[in-house]
Amino acid sequence: MVANVSNQGAVTALREVICEAAAKRTPLRIRAGGTKDFYGNATTGSILDPRCYSGVLAYEPSELVVTACAGTPLAELENTLAEQGQMLAFEPPHFGRTATLGGCIAAGLAGPRRTAYGPCYGGVRDFVLGARMLDGRGDVLTFGGSVMKNVAGYDLARLLVGSLGVLGVILEVSVKVLPQPAAQLTLSFELEERESLDRLNAWAGQPLPLSASVWHEGVLSVRLSGSRAAVTDARGRLGGELMEASSADAFWVRVREQTHPFFAGVDVLWRVCVPSTLPALELRGMQLIEWGGALRWLRTSQSAGEVRAAAQQGGGHATLFRGEPGCDVFTPLPAPLMAFHKRLKSHFDPAGIFNPGRLYREL
Amino acid sequence: MNRQPEIASALRELLPPHSILWRTEDTRPYECDGLMLYRQLPMIVVLPETEVEVAQVLRLCHARGVPVVPRGAGTGLSGGALPLGDGVLLSLAKLNRIIEVDPRARTATVQPGVRNLAISEAAAPHGLYYAPDPSSQIACTIGGNVAENSGGVHCLKYGLTVHNVLRVRGVTMEGDSVEFGSRAPDAPGLDLLAAIIGSEGMLAVTTEVTVRLVPRPRLARCIMASFADVGDAGDAVAALVAAGIIPAGLEMLDQAASRLVEPFANAGYDLAAAAVLLCESDGTPEEVAEEIEHMCAVLRAARATRIQVSDDEAERLRFWAGRKNAFPAAGRASPAYYCMDGTIPRKRLGEMLRTIQALEAKYGLRYPNVFHAGDGNLHPLILFDDGDPESVARAEAFGAEILERCIEIGGTITGEHGVGVEKLDQMCSQFDPSTREAFVAVKRAFDPAQLLNPGKVIPTLHRCAEYGRMRVSSGKLPFAELPRF
Repeated sequence: MVANVSNQGAVTALREVICEAAAKRTPLRIRAGGTKDFYGNATTGSILDPRCYSGVLAYEPSELVVTACAGTPLAELENTLAEQGQMLAFEPPHFGRTATLGGCIAAGLAGPRRTAYGPCYGGVRDFVLGARMLDGRGDVLTFGGSVMKNVAGYDLARLLVGSLGVLGVILEVSVKVLPQPAAQLTLSFELEERESLDRLNAWAGQPLPLSASVWHEGVLSVRLSGSRAAVTDARGRLGGELMEASSADAFWVRVREQTHPFFAGVDVLWRVCVPSTLPALELRGMQLIEWGGALRWLRTSQSAGEVRAAAQQGGGHATLFRGEPGCDVFTPLPAPLMAFHKRLKSHFDPAGIFNPGRLYREL
Repeated sequence: MNRQPEIASALRELLPPHSILWRTEDTRPYECDGLMLYRQLPMIVVLPETEVEVAQVLRLCHARGVPVVPRGAGTGLSGGALPLGDGVLLSLAKLNRIIEVDPRARTATVQPGVRNLAISEAAAPHGLYYAPDPSSQIACTIGGNVAENSGGVHCLKYGLTVHNVLRVRGVTMEGDSVEFGSRAPDAPGLDLLAAIIGSEGMLAVTTEVTVRLVPRPRLARCIMASFADVGDAGDAVAALVAAGIIPAGLEMLDQAASRLVEPFANAGYDLAAAAVLLCESDGTPEEVAEEIEHMCAVLRAARATRIQVSDDEAERLRFWAGRKNAFPAAGRASPAYYCMDGTIPRKRLGEMLRTIQALEAKYGLRYPNVFHAGDGNLHPLILFDDGDPESVARAEAFGAEILERCIEIGGTITGEHGVGVEKLDQMCSQFDPSTREAFVAVKRAFDPAQLLNPGKVIPTLHRCAEYGRMRVSSGKLPFAELPRF
């Protein structure tokens, strides 16, 4: 099943742009559909659009692997998988119709299914098996592969996940896919934050097919996905009120795409990642809690310093997801880790042309 | 120049006398890991008991330009812990404390010398366990699992080490303590945790690991299916996955392997079958009943000649005992065995099995084959005589040819055992020079002096040039003449 690779010459074209920019040391801003322009620190440079390199390169459902070009529209890829009853198990947000696979990998954002529990849990990085990329010399590098297990060489395919383009231009990605669950339902409970966090953590220690959770304004919603028998059994154990199937689907899409009313008219939005067992954050403002308690979206007028301190004291970190950055968007790194980052950057992108500053000012 | 007296005396300033070994009779047990083809006595063995001692040793070695090879339980199969004659072997065996099991957070924080199975044992009272279960789990340690990104028989559904480790604390060659990942998801910055896992001890020395624990399923049952042809068994694997089933475990043994392990494990394998498939379902009792029925239907349609489903836990464990004892059984049947670890796309299983069969005649060596069928990860165990240099050379050439075939059909030379020193040549085939340079750059980013487990995983340009020349000139490698280190 090889679809429209629009232009094999695209790699050559991308390479030429890179080599010219490297020679002149002029920055490039890697940008496809621009759906995640809001994410990360501001960057500069002329736009390098990888959408010229698009299409599914290999997909055999029985292999549970799809390999596609970075410029492939995410929606197109998901449709291809859905036709075979399969899915991207990390349920990535699109944030717009023009989202691409490359942007999805570079942003490294997973959706509701990245729960802290269950065998099929995972973030984007958990499903990336291999990748091809162009580095700052215009060389094609190939990491990992399209098989389930691979420990030949360092695992640099996963290093690209969430790298926000600072190491190079992603060309192709091989992703492990999973069958869509046979059954799925959503249950709601009227519960306050503390009680919700308690229940979520207790449930996560039991063999239940939990695939998503959201707490917001006194209502906890949990999604169950799996075999019919497992979902029915879990429903009996958990109780709660059943959400009608079509509104449940729409509900999870709204959470994933941040079209849920919580996100409406947002000026400042913090993405606070913490151990799921951390008690309620002692910060003012409104919250929407996902991932069994491990992801806390926060709208607050409190300072970056206060938010970061609360997150870090709790063993986590806080990202300024949306809003005018008066600070670093991402939690600053300890010095030894930043030293590794700088050395990696200087090898992959010796002229410093790719998305300067988008991840960290130093990169 | 023998630096042993100088380095040993400097180490004595840092560590108590019982933590430093230098007499040949004391260092001999460390001369190899699970890949016994390669042996080398280390200059000195140190056994620090704390992270502070680990850091002190590393700082000292860094200052004096002494290479260091870290080692866990020494069960690795690719020579990743092979010592250097002018180096210090750093054993993490004494860092063996379980620091904390947090049932509410479903995590365990342990030192690197804790055995894989000990984590699950400590978590068991809470109904939790650590999912990756390499066959050596009674002996191998979590530090080594991190180094090799170990898998096991359940990783199609439950993932590899990289999917089940949240955080690694370690010490760099320069003696700095660093943390990769965190108890919270999506730690800031590049995913260096993924780079550390599977880095074969070349980037930092692991001193503490936080793993994710998962709830034990209410029930697990295992199907044992027989096939008259290995190709049929391979097709059955693809058919199961195509039917939307992700078995908790999916393993295959060929007839040679079943016959090898049966007298040893009494697993009840069908010795008349060309291949035996073990297929596990776990979950709630109703879910398992539903899935087992579905699996049996698919297996029957895929020409299974006999199907037996475990009735109770004892029987299920017996089915697995055979599979997990394949290596010790091979060790009993032959003076030595050489375990391959190539991984290929599932759909090429049948073809690959036929290819290896043809090679058996070419090299005149037996090779019982056990493998993680669900992952396409093959473990042919090439049986040879390590007392006969000619037999050793044939075993290595046989193994090398299998790995080259794996690369040709879109696979990889190692699924879970690592490159170590064993597969350096094939790294030249699998990766182009630019990609190998990127590996070197990663190594330098963490260890600029290149003193931590040097010479493993990444072949030198010179070595790849030599390997390329030999492949072109003769089509077959004169392995005996190749410089190994």
